[in-house]
Parts: sequence; C-alpha cells; structure tokens
Amino acid sequence: MSDKVLEVEELRVEFPTRHGVLTAVDGVSLSIDRGEILGVVGESGAGKSMTGMAILGLLEPPGRIAAGRISLSGERIDQLTENELRQYRGRRIGAIFQDPLTSLNPLFTVGKQLVETIRQHLPLSASDARRRAIELLTEVGIPAPEARVDHYPHQFSGGMRQRVVIALALCAEPELIIADEPTTALDVSIQAQITGLLKRLCKERGMAVMLVTHDMGVIAETADRVAVMYAGRLTEVGNVQAMVRAPRHPYTVGLMGAIPSLTGDVQELSQIPGNMPRLNAIPAGCAFNPRCARRIDKCTVDIPTVSGSGVACWAVEDEVRT
Amino acid sequence: MIAFLLKRLMNAAFVMLAVAFLAFMIFRFFGDPVEMMVNEQATQSDRAELRERLGLNDGLLTQYARFVGSAVQGDFGISYRNQQDVMTLVAERFPATFELVIVATVLSLIIGVPFGVLTAVYQDRKLADGLQIGSIVGVSLPSFVVGILLILVFSVSLGWLPAFGRGETVDIGWWSSGFFTDSGRAALILPSISLSLFQITLVMRLVRAEMLEVLRSDFIKFARARGLPLSVVHWRHALRNCLMPVITLTGMQIGNLIAFALVTETVFQWPGMGLLFIQAVTFVDIPVMAAYLMLVSFIFVLINTLVDITYAYVDPRLRSEVAVKGGSAHGH
Repeated sequence: MSDKVLEVEELRVEFPTRHGVLTAVDGVSLSIDRGEILGVVGESGAGKSMTGMAILGLLEPPGRIAAGRISLSGERIDQLTENELRQYRGRRIGAIFQDPLTSLNPLFTVGKQLVETIRQHLPLSASDARRRAIELLTEVGIPAPEARVDHYPHQFSGGMRQRVVIALALCAEPELIIADEPTTALDVSIQAQITGLLKRLCKERGMAVMLVTHDMGVIAETADRVAVMYAGRLTEVGNVQAMVRAPRHPYTVGLMGAIPSLTGDVQELSQIPGNMPRLNAIPAGCAFNPRCARRIDKCTVDIPTVSGSGVACWAVEDEVRT
Repeated sequence: MIAFLLKRLMNAAFVMLAVAFLAFMIFRFFGDPVEMMVNEQATQSDRAELRERLGLNDGLLTQYARFVGSAVQGDFGISYRNQQDVMTLVAERFPATFELVIVATVLSLIIGVPFGVLTAVYQDRKLADGLQIGSIVGVSLPSFVVGILLILVFSVSLGWLPAFGRGETVDIGWWSSGFFTDSGRAALILPSISLSLFQITLVMRLVRAEMLEVLRSDFIKFARARGLPLSVVHWRHALRNCLMPVITLTGMQIGNLIAFALVTETVFQWPGMGLLFIQAVTFVDIPVMAAYLMLVSFIFVLINTLVDITYAYVDPRLRSEVAVKGGSAHGH
C-alpha cells in the first residue's frame, strides 16, 4: 500500500455541453507503484489523455471530475483548489506532453524556463538554480549543456527538445510523471532514445510513470504494466508481457493483431471493423459490443468492469467460468 | 542581421523617393508656382525671370533631383502665405504634435494592454463584459465628438482643465516642450485622451484576441503543468507571445495618430503640424503641404523600419537566420 504513488479510483470525467453531458472517462481505476511504468493505451478519444489531465488538474473547462478519487502517495488531490493543486504540479507530479515543438515557450531560453520552474518549487538562488538546470540537461543527455542552457527552443532538434521537456518535468524530483504521448511526434529512432531515457530515469529515481500512448509497440518496450482504454472505460489491465503474449479482451486481441511483426511469417494485419463510438453515442452495456466478434447477450445490457488487474469482458468471464 | 538591416533601409529609401516624387508633382503642377508667388503688377518678363531663377524651365528629372536634394537637406522653400522658411514653420509645430502623439500612444499601451489581458483571462466575468462593451463604444465614437464631449464636461462644466492651446512651454534648443510646466501638462490631458481613446480600444481588442489564441497553445498548458502560478503564465509567458502584433499595430498607428491629430488639434486648437496643415490647405500654401506630406511619410517609413528591427529583438527566431542545430550526435 505504501508503495502506491498514484491511486485513481472510479474516476469519471464529464463535459457538460449544450447537447447534454458527455462522459469522457468512466469508472477508471488505476494505480502505479514507485519505479513502475504504467502504459495507458487506446485509440484517439479513448479518454487516456483525459485521465492524465484529470490527474494534473488541467482539464479544459467545462470538463470536470464528476466522481471518483485521485490520491498521490495516499493524499487525496482531486478536490484541491487551483492554488493548492499548483503546489503539486511540477513539484510532485511532472508532465511531458506530446509535441516537444510546441511545449516550450519560443521566446525564452531553455535555461530561463528551467530556472523559472526550479525556483518556483525549490528554495534555490538564481546561480544554484542555473547549476541545477545544467545538471538536469546533462542527466537527460543533452551534449554541451553549459552552452545549450542559453539556447532558445528553436535551436534544438525535436528529440533534443523532448529531452528538455523531460528535464523540465524532473526539475523538482517529482514522485509521478505523466507522459502524454511523449514519443508520438518523434522519429522512430529517436522514440527509442526517449523511451529508454524515461525508463532509466524511472528505475534510477524510483519515480512512477504513467505513459499515455496509442502505440502498443512503445508500451511493449517500455511499460511494466498496461491498461487498455476504450471509449472512456478500462477494458483490460495487466502485466505487459502477459498481455502481449496472450491478450484476453477481444479489443486487446484486435490491437495486438494490428502490430506488424518482424520475426513471424508475413501475414495480413488484422483490423477491427468499425470505429470507436462518439462520446454522445456510447452503446448500452459494453462499449465495444457492436464491433465485437464474441458478443453475448449480456454485453448489450451490463457494463463490464475491471479494477486492479484483469479483463472487463463478459465473454471472457463466461469462458473462465465454464 | 546586417543584411537584414541593409535590406530594410533600401526599402525605406525607395519608398521615400516615391513619396518625394508625389510631393514634387503636387508642388510643380497643382497651379503655377510663379502665379502664386508674384503679385498682380508683375510684368511678363518679371515672371519669365522668376521662372528661370526657380529653375522651372529645366527638365523634369533635373527639377525632381533638385527637389529631392534640397528636401534631404530639409529645404522645402518659402511658405507662400507668410514668407517664412517652411522647414522652420514645421519644426516649430512638430514638437507639439509629437508630444501629443507620444502621450496618446503611451496611454493606449498602459491602459489597452492590461485591459486586453484581463478581458481575455476573465472572459466569463462581469468586469470583462463591461470592458468589452466600453471598447465598442470607444471604437464607434468619432474622435471629434469625444473631444467636444471632453471639453464640455471637463472644461465648460467642471472647469478643471483648459479647453484649448498648449499652455506654457519650455524651450530646449529648438524643441518646445509642454512636459515641464503645470499648464503644459494640464493642457495635454484632454487632447491626448481624446486622441488615444480609439487607440486604447484597438490595443485592448488586439491583445484580447491574441491572448485567447496564445492561451490555447501547448506551451501555456505545459507552463501550468510545470506548476507556475497563473499570474506568471498569463503576464509573462502568454503576454510576451502577444506583443509582436501589438508592436506592429502601435508602430503603424503612430503614423495614423499623427494624421488623426489633425482632427484633435483642430478641436483643441492645439498648435501642432495638423493645425498648420489645415491652415495651409485653406490658403493653398503648397510648399507647406508638400513638406507636411514628406514629413508624415518620413515618420511612417521610419516607424515601419524601427518596428521591423524591434521584431528581431523580441523574437529570437528572427535574430539569426541560421539556427544553431546542436546535439546532432544524439538527436539525429
């Protein structure tokens, strides 16, 4: 219990709109331990980024947390005010966003942005903060950090900028890092470097990392455990090796089937028929049921759930029972 | 950077030559200068002699070159009306207009920018609505109406501030300044408010629009995720990214303000260039008009060039054309 850095219970995120309330995240329960990387995977719009933003308290209005609780090392943080939450953001929860090209303010040197963040959270003098900024740049693998610290973001390549973003997330040694699609905007070869860096930092510093991505390959390489999301709900949670080897939920099976393999026989990639439902048209019962080959009667009536680890599927449960 | 500067200066010089050509054409062809200068008793030979003396028989290009040559030295000839050197006349009037425009510009920035940020940040509050409505009123009211209303309220009814003139001025070299006397400062208040009102609302609406745009960008969200207080995020990170268009607008508008000042100066009988120009128009005093045209366009061009250079200062991406790509061993 004490090792749980992040605990999300029954989280529900809603967007009140003119045409009724949309539920972007529904009944999601997750936890991440120290030194563990939890991959959250799903298609665009599955609610995975929304979950990350809810944890950071950065949901775009009118989005709001409608139910559930979020705890950081045992302290509840989902009901804090903006000012209280600010003490957590950057200090105890670091964030890495998708596009390193747009995450940095183009008008300030990276050093200035680092120093500003460090001094926001730690009682350091300007020169100590600068020294720490250089250390951080060294740690994330930026060559010649003493010179680079005074450069502007546009003078860095995409991969280097993402390293700067990671350094910014590390400024105050957070317990938890929310990495929202950190490699999506990067070249494949640089992706591997960035995930490698994240993995090393996570293990060395004992941070908990929530890695949000739609790329099952990145998850397979980086994460310890994985949570699959579909239409705002969890479908399957479990150990990454086990899930890659033997996915159980029909949706996860479909996702795995869509990964090209380098070693196996050349075969046609499978694809899941249909599209993920829009938020205003989520079907009754299991959200995946209209696309599911293993649908049984119960699937169109009751919503299957999963917490801790396991699979949210009536068909799988049926099979296990019989 | 030097290449950039040279290019900008070349452009500026070219524009000025074109304007000089227009001014020259007005000077030369709107009515006969000789007719304007001689009195009715002059004989035909007097006129021919004057024509020759003024060089009006030379080729068009020669005359143009001569006009540009003397304009560069600040020589625009003699005013038809009061037989004074035109440049001296304009120079006497210039400080009045310049001080008025500068005060109006400063007012528009120190009021417009914060109001713009506030209306963008507190979009859903009553205060922001009030400012927005106020800004529509500000944009819609013509400047002379504002001027007359201000005079009516603050000079006629309340008697707090002077309704016309510049008050006492202090001479610093050839420059006469109203900044250093109480009456000079008091006289500046109403005209500068009247001149800046439109400008304030313009700046405010521009800042608001830009802020709304910038506040949606990733780096603002990331700045918040780094735990920076909202005040820092709004006033440092977001605002600085809005300043480019504000600088452009303010720069361009200084030229416009000098033109608008014509109306304000007339309403408040402000002894500036605008009033001089209006008087020159009434008396068909062409050398004064030509000098005014040249001077105003020179200011326009100067400001535009300065704005471009300021860009390079505010935005580091424009500072050096060749970005230093680093970390290639690891990054690529």
